[in-house]
Amino acid sequence: MADTKRSSMSVSTRASEASGGALTESSAGLLRELVAHLRQNRTQLREEWARRITRAELLTAMTEEEIFAEATAVYDNYVEALETGTFEALQAYSRRLSERIIPRGVETDEVVGIVLLLRDVLARSLFNKYQDNVDKLNRILDSYEPAANRIANTVAVGFVEERERIIRQQQEAIRELSTPVLQVRERLLILPIIGVIDPQRARQLTEQLLRAIRANRAKVVVIDVTGVAAMDSGVANHLVQTVEASRLLGATVIVTGLSPEIAQTLVTIGVDLSEMSTVGDLQGGIEEAERLLADRAAPTLAPLATREIAPESQR
Amino acid sequence: MEVPILRQGQYLIASIQSALTDADLSHLREALIAQVGRSRCRGVIVDVTALDVMDSFAVRTLRDIAHMARLRGAETVIVGIQPDVAFAMVQLGLTLKGVATVLDLEEGLAFLDSRTKATLDTKPKRGRG
Repeated sequence: MADTKRSSMSVSTRASEASGGALTESSAGLLRELVAHLRQNRTQLREEWARRITRAELLTAMTEEEIFAEATAVYDNYVEALETGTFEALQAYSRRLSERIIPRGVETDEVVGIVLLLRDVLARSLFNKYQDNVDKLNRILDSYEPAANRIANTVAVGFVEERERIIRQQQEAIRELSTPVLQVRERLLILPIIGVIDPQRARQLTEQLLRAIRANRAKVVVIDVTGVAAMDSGVANHLVQTVEASRLLGATVIVTGLSPEIAQTLVTIGVDLSEMSTVGDLQGGIEEAERLLADRAAPTLAPLATREIAPESQR
Repeated sequence: MEVPILRQGQYLIASIQSALTDADLSHLREALIAQVGRSRCRGVIVDVTALDVMDSFAVRTLRDIAHMARLRGAETVIVGIQPDVAFAMVQLGLTLKGVATVLDLEEGLAFLDSRTKATLDTKPKRGRG
């Protein structure tokens, strides 16, 4: 059995080798014949495909009409890719398709599944058509298989890429959302931190805060860590760095909402937070900040006004 | 590259315009400390807005200026440290401890005004004014 298989395989390879120079031309001819066959039986094959998709319970998120509509479009693109040997149109289509169906919860295995189903449906129709002529069937499959594989590949990769793009986009969005710097009143910023702080996020947080201090000319910043569940020495040290960097820009930082657990951890692991001014909760922090602002506003604003007038009167 | 030192009322303003070599920095320090006494000024502002890098020598020189000027009777404030520079500085552990820093020149002037006023109010007997 194994012997016959091997010999038939070697026959087919020898046949394609023997055709040599004429190979490209004849395989192009075969592909044309294949495409013509697929065009001719378009309605029937595509219905068969849609039926098998439903039967295999793939794309359950979509209605039967939708499946049929998408199946038609994919089928046409598929045949076109086979005919022209270019995959750009198919690639673009699979990207658009992925954009449409990913939000509806279609999974990767479903997409791979339907493409493989189409491959199977088409191969079966070829078997039926050429069952009397095994040699020709072999040659047709020789030209069909690589193209079909590549098409399956293209669609699957397109889908996965689209998924990854969405994931990246969402990560970006979460990162942006997770570090809002809010101005409560003139010269007072609040930075509520929620969730886990990793080194990358900590860095981004600091950069965003420093930029906001500059843009809003902030004098006092309240960093609220009520939403931070745990803090290790790395994060604590980063917090200290943020406080120091803010001071270099002339802003005082008040840290609020250190939970009992975090307070115990920090003291136990020996992080030095003596440089940081901390207040129990956000409300207390804002009150403290307003006190600081009031202290500064009184002496700084008055001389500022007189000084601005002075040079003009001198002139 | 010479750093211009301007006199504005009771204050000296040194505005650094471009990257400075160590020699330039030392020269700036000497010139500032000499002028503090000569002009009997009450405050020194060093504007570093134009600097996008600050190494340990620059930070040490700024700190030295602040401490030396205090010995000569003037308060020093560093203004205009860029956010990126501030972040890089704390990562290198260069935090300018004990030196006043504010956002920009305007804040610096306001800071010195309040500081001078506070000193005059609380220590009238010294009669520095």
